[in-house]
Amino acid sequence: MTTAVSVSSPGAGRPAPGPAADEGLARRLRALACTAPLHDLDTRKANLAGEYGTYSMAEVALAAIDLVTLHMDFDTGADHEEIVARLLPRVAAQAPRRPAAEHERVARWVLENLINVGSVDRGFRAVYGTFGPDGEYVRRDYDFKLIEEVPGPGGGVYLRTTDEAVNVLVGALDTDVTSAQIAAEVKLEVLVSRGRLADAQLAAEQARYRTVQYAETLRRTLEATRRNVRAVDWLNAVPDMIAEALDHVADRYRHENAILTNIRRARDEAPADKNPDHKLCAAELVDIVKDCIRRHTQLQSRLLEAGPLFRAEQDRQAFAPPAAASGLDLYGQLLAPLLPLPVERAGKVTDAFFARGTGLRAPAAVRLGDLTEMLLTPPVPREHLGAEMPEPDLVATPDDSRFSEEQMEAARELLELPADAPRRLSGLLAEARRRDPELPYLVALLAVHAASPPVGTAYRQGERRLLFAVDDGTELDDPEFGGADLVVGTALLDAAGMAADRTEVAS
Amino acid sequence: MNEYGPYGGHVGHEDHDEREGPGGHGVPGTEVPPESARRPAVLAPPDAADAARLVSFGLQPKLLPARDAEYAELLRRYREEPAFARLTDAVATGLGLVVLEVSPRAGMAVTAAEDSVFAVRMGDYARRATSDSTDRFLHGLAHLAVAALAFPRPEDLADDGYVGRISVNGVDAFVRQACRRLEERAEREGENTDPASDTPGLEAAWRVYTRRSATGATKDSRRLAGSTTGIVAKAAAFLADSGFLQRTGDDAGGTYRTTARYQLQVRDMAGSAAMAELLELGVVPVGDGSATLLPPPDPDAPEPAADAGLPFHS
Repeated sequence: MTTAVSVSSPGAGRPAPGPAADEGLARRLRALACTAPLHDLDTRKANLAGEYGTYSMAEVALAAIDLVTLHMDFDTGADHEEIVARLLPRVAAQAPRRPAAEHERVARWVLENLINVGSVDRGFRAVYGTFGPDGEYVRRDYDFKLIEEVPGPGGGVYLRTTDEAVNVLVGALDTDVTSAQIAAEVKLEVLVSRGRLADAQLAAEQARYRTVQYAETLRRTLEATRRNVRAVDWLNAVPDMIAEALDHVADRYRHENAILTNIRRARDEAPADKNPDHKLCAAELVDIVKDCIRRHTQLQSRLLEAGPLFRAEQDRQAFAPPAAASGLDLYGQLLAPLLPLPVERAGKVTDAFFARGTGLRAPAAVRLGDLTEMLLTPPVPREHLGAEMPEPDLVATPDDSRFSEEQMEAARELLELPADAPRRLSGLLAEARRRDPELPYLVALLAVHAASPPVGTAYRQGERRLLFAVDDGTELDDPEFGGADLVVGTALLDAAGMAADRTEVAS
Repeated sequence: MNEYGPYGGHVGHEDHDEREGPGGHGVPGTEVPPESARRPAVLAPPDAADAARLVSFGLQPKLLPARDAEYAELLRRYREEPAFARLTDAVATGLGLVVLEVSPRAGMAVTAAEDSVFAVRMGDYARRATSDSTDRFLHGLAHLAVAALAFPRPEDLADDGYVGRISVNGVDAFVRQACRRLEERAEREGENTDPASDTPGLEAAWRVYTRRSATGATKDSRRLAGSTTGIVAKAAAFLADSGFLQRTGDDAGGTYRTTARYQLQVRDMAGSAAMAELLELGVVPVGDGSATLLPPPDPDAPEPAADAGLPFHS
């Protein structure tokens, strides 16, 4: 697959490194190449039209790879738009004074460059050199991707991080998935028991990356099984694999539940005054471990589906009556021997298949007369648009609202209270009555509503202020209304904190 | 061609007389000689027109004989009158067509002979393919992979009643899986498969496929034409246009089922042509024609079982 380009004849006085040492060097060169696109981002940001120096592109890129890895599911990858949306807070934090449109442009630019949209392969290539066993120097192309686009079940395009990207992200992941995961979890347990939660969070996140990788490996195996029953060894290998994986899931589930209990205890017992960060950190850990458990459960349900799937496929494929005549084995005799060939030679075979396998096309023959007529004919109006819609006959409905828009506006203005100065309902009602005799009813109504403020809605919508009313036992003294003289005030909400919380919950 | 009689030989023989059913041949009034002796003498220009008409039906691959009475009638005549069959074959050959099969299920299955005006050229098929040998290979491979997945076992290709089903994403995943196997094998053997920089033609075929992205977002939310699913989808759509596949749904990038014509085309034309080319290259795939999808003798064995067919053990 490679040709040796002789640079110097063997034994020409050049130090001849052993092939083993060279292999290690090649591996490191490839690992190094994977980081190049990230460095490249910071180099190339100067070429963008505008002042983008403040943004740290490599940081955004790593965050993007992080996000995509965490959002990769069993079936699909991460949604492009969602990743952009989740990148925005970080981009915005880097340059808070810049417009939001610019933040979005930066996020998209980084993501597109990680996919490498400009190239037809949508990947990267690095060139490195090695010495062959016979002492010849060979330049080789190393092709890799960081984020790849994969088709989703609904016909959409999703993003998945490649193994190379995960390696760039977490580093030195080229180890056995299972054992690495066990190691990470033991580490986590020790860290939690010693109260070193910041380190524990890092370990938990690493455990989650490994969980995702493990699911990905299994997904590929099951997909292959689905395509052809006898392609996979269902006598030994696959049942063993499924049993192993189920054991693994059960084991991890037990383990992670234990960790969860431990962390919860650490979270609840951590003295709040000593280090408030600990509590927050432990709460985040709980979410991460919960997510791990969710992914394991998902994996387990897939594993349980595998057996029935095999039996159904076997019924369909194996019990079909064998045909009398035998034919060409397209895969075994054509496609499989073809793929290892150099593309130059393989191309001859595919050309032959294409030439004979595409059938025929009747060539178009045009008469000049027809052509002239065709070109001169005005285009026929398109009819597939359907019949013309009748103009709808709209009747204005009478406005039967009890209060007018102006009254609503006046009531809102009245209740626009400063956060540090709540007022009594009696005073508000008196002031309202001076403006408009109907207005007190509306104010009273709004105040009563505020007695049970819609906190959940405000939280979800990220509102900054919320009207509330509290009954402190004082009797209301008013000619028209009775009941409690509520204390009405405005509460300021921590919008930024809530937004961060929402992100945490959703992830 | 002296068996086609002169004009005068065709007396009182109208086309509609032929359609009176099996015993009705040659009824119109003349003395009735034995069919084999009489038929060659009376073939005339109207018969040639009929033969050409049948060939023209064959040129519309999506037309089904069951849906067109005239087509079905001409097919019946082809099968029952050897002379008419020979005449039709001659018309097809003269046009540069090869007759694969004439039957009610496949219709008049003709395909383009090499260098025929009807042949599909790669350059017309995909413009990039003329300049870029990688693209040319990928387009050819897509067609081969569609066929391989449509007829996964040798029996499927041989069994006339078999209807294969494929989806665009399925074909892509199938080839990727096969490529991944090769990648894993190369890795196990410690082989460095990165090609030398200035010899792109020597890169392994599977690497070319692995390298190309599976899909890609485009500005107008169409499929990225240069991605592998884009290339496979183009192949499937083209085959559907040739009457070789029928589109059945939009799931998984588009699902299709095979037609009798496609089976014939792959079995009698494409498969053998590609096989001959492969043998020319000195690669001799061994197969005894039996089902090749067997479990490997040892799942960890790096070498494939000699008769392991589908992607996962070779």
